[in-house]
Amino acid sequence: MKLLTFKGGVHPPEKKELAKDKQIQRLDLPDTVYVYMANHAGAPAKVVVEKEQEVKTGQVIGEPAGFISAYVHSPVTGKVVDIKKMLHPIIGKPVDTVIIQRTGDDEWELLEGHGSFEDKSPEELVDLVKKAGIVGMGGAMFPTHVKLSPPPGKKVDTLVINGAECEPYLTIDYRTMLERADELLLGIKILKKILGVQRVFVGVENNKMDAIKHLQKVFSGEPIEVVPLKTKYPQGSEKQLIYAITGRTVPRGGLPLDVGVVVQNVGTAVAIKEAVIDGKPLVERGLTVTGEAVKNPGNYIVRIGTPAKLVLDKAGLDESVDRVLFGGPMMGIAIRDINTPVMKGTSGITALLPEQTQIKMPKPCIRCAKCVDVCPMNLQPYLLYHLVLKKRYDEAVDIGLMDCIECGSCSFICPSKIEHVRQIKLGKTVYKALRGAKK
Amino acid sequence: MIRLKTGNSPHVRTQDTVRAVMIDVLIALIPATIAATVFFGWYALFLIVLGAVAGELIEFLIMRVIRKKKDFVWDGSAAVTGVLLAMNVGLGTPWWVFLIGLFFALVVAKHAFGGLGQNIFNPALSGRVFLLISFPSYMTGKVFLLPDATTSATPLTMFGDSGHNIKAVWDSGITYWDLFIGHVGGTLGETSALALLIGFAYLVWRKRIKLMVPISYIITTFVFALIGWAINPRLGDPLFHILSGGLMLGALFMATDMVTSPMTPKGQFIFGLGAGALTYIIRLFGAYPEGVSFSILIMNALVPLIDKYTQPRIFGEVKE
Repeated sequence: MKLLTFKGGVHPPEKKELAKDKQIQRLDLPDTVYVYMANHAGAPAKVVVEKEQEVKTGQVIGEPAGFISAYVHSPVTGKVVDIKKMLHPIIGKPVDTVIIQRTGDDEWELLEGHGSFEDKSPEELVDLVKKAGIVGMGGAMFPTHVKLSPPPGKKVDTLVINGAECEPYLTIDYRTMLERADELLLGIKILKKILGVQRVFVGVENNKMDAIKHLQKVFSGEPIEVVPLKTKYPQGSEKQLIYAITGRTVPRGGLPLDVGVVVQNVGTAVAIKEAVIDGKPLVERGLTVTGEAVKNPGNYIVRIGTPAKLVLDKAGLDESVDRVLFGGPMMGIAIRDINTPVMKGTSGITALLPEQTQIKMPKPCIRCAKCVDVCPMNLQPYLLYHLVLKKRYDEAVDIGLMDCIECGSCSFICPSKIEHVRQIKLGKTVYKALRGAKK
Repeated sequence: MIRLKTGNSPHVRTQDTVRAVMIDVLIALIPATIAATVFFGWYALFLIVLGAVAGELIEFLIMRVIRKKKDFVWDGSAAVTGVLLAMNVGLGTPWWVFLIGLFFALVVAKHAFGGLGQNIFNPALSGRVFLLISFPSYMTGKVFLLPDATTSATPLTMFGDSGHNIKAVWDSGITYWDLFIGHVGGTLGETSALALLIGFAYLVWRKRIKLMVPISYIITTFVFALIGWAINPRLGDPLFHILSGGLMLGALFMATDMVTSPMTPKGQFIFGLGAGALTYIIRLFGAYPEGVSFSILIMNALVPLIDKYTQPRIFGEVKE
């Protein structure tokens, strides 16, 4: 069988075995949740509840504050005890956070108009997705309704469901494909109807052959093609995935829409099903808690806003933990505070021991060219690093600073332990700020 | 209360280190070291080991005493330079002359440019050329060949001295087999193509090599020699040219030095092409019988330019 893939990439240790055979379980409802108004990329939502107000599970507590923004709902039934700014692990600054104390079991406030999807128009379906506050659950947290509303003139002909899960350690997409294939199928059907596409691919790395076989069985008779992909990081990166499956190249600075493709993560498709059919807004998500620093890795459905500590305690956190990551080791973010709440894009909580992270002092670049070889965007990480270090931002942009997808392959492979990605992220931030200042 | 550490993604890295890279290069040079010992005797082994040990020692002194880097730990790169320089000198080189060359290689060619990763020119080759110019009598000339202790000029010297007539080489009794296994005169590490290829295979297997450099270098020399041979058979056949002199050592171990070669396969191809062409041209028209060192050093100087004009096309960039 010919395996689909992209150029470049690396093979970090997979470590999927830690959690891959653990069935998805529900974590007990947390007593207190901390819900960021920035639970999505774009403008943070506007708080629409007040202190002391009673809220039901699924009730809107934040409204979108712009086109690229999203609704935020209460993940539990309880009382708003505080609204204050809390440090956001991705943004790195404090953002508005609604703190809700749970008072009892769930009393749901379901979405209006949910039920079946066949009788609804694409516009009505997109509206439901928007009202449900659904964002890209692979980690980017880009508001899904925006992705599903291509501007006029852009013709979409292909839907790609991302089940690659190339990030080491994480297994939640794998478990979802095995345990929730029926819901995934419904989600795909809804997406098909919204986009009006005929071609649907589900891309899965071939280290998950049983998931591929299972999906092929469940999807038999449906016009959905489950395609095995070569196990290579970052196979699940949007542009690399589109190239591997369709052979199309998203232009520099462009979007998948430019080549007629929409990509949705497995978890997002399931969330769309839950919103449209069951009427549940996005108030919980599946995630993997894993890593060498937990005794019982597993896959859990966790309410948004649950402090990471609750999930880690359930899995038995080792005292000698070095870092706790939201996400996996390649692109995950190390949280400072163990009580940092779970977000809509938190696909995993990975706790690593010092043996895994092994901080070493960077050495000079020996020009081995490995970073150039592995870069899936065909950039020159060594040069970007150098230019940003020398504050030569315009030159860095010319050679692709903004094209970097921050996958970390370069820093992973570097024998000199150079922090390319850190420097590139910094360069992007500074460049954007400088450009903003010039205008 | 658990205190979490933070850090930047990616949070896991390969086990690979600069030291591991250098140790692999040293391992890859073991077959050539054995060949040198077999054909040239114990003094060859002494010079090679001296190169490794003295190289690290000199670098240690440079870093600690001159550059005042208290956190310096050895990484093996100076040992590689030392061993490669030993492979690039003749058996007649006194140990103190060799050390002067090594000192030049590390102090001037490497650390004056900023140290590891910053040097423009291959340090070992710079050391060799420095010795070639400063101590020509030791660097060229006849060597004793074991096991029968015959004296022998290098095949390329015979070729050059005879006015570029390949017949002079074959008349001396040298065969292709001698050239292949290394039973000919030459510098310590350059004569045995077989040993060099074994070491090279190890580097390829360990993915420690910019593969396009030697491929392009050897093929270019082969093609140039083929053309020369077609025009005038006296100029020697292509096989002679790639098996003789420092070509194998140069193409497999010197030109492939990571620091001083281009970053993209396209650039590496151009680099090898230039070095291959210059090698043949210098052999035929230069003042020295051999041109490998000069060719590589000239191409070293062009690396920044090559890198600038062979930048990879970014994924999604429109073809022009």
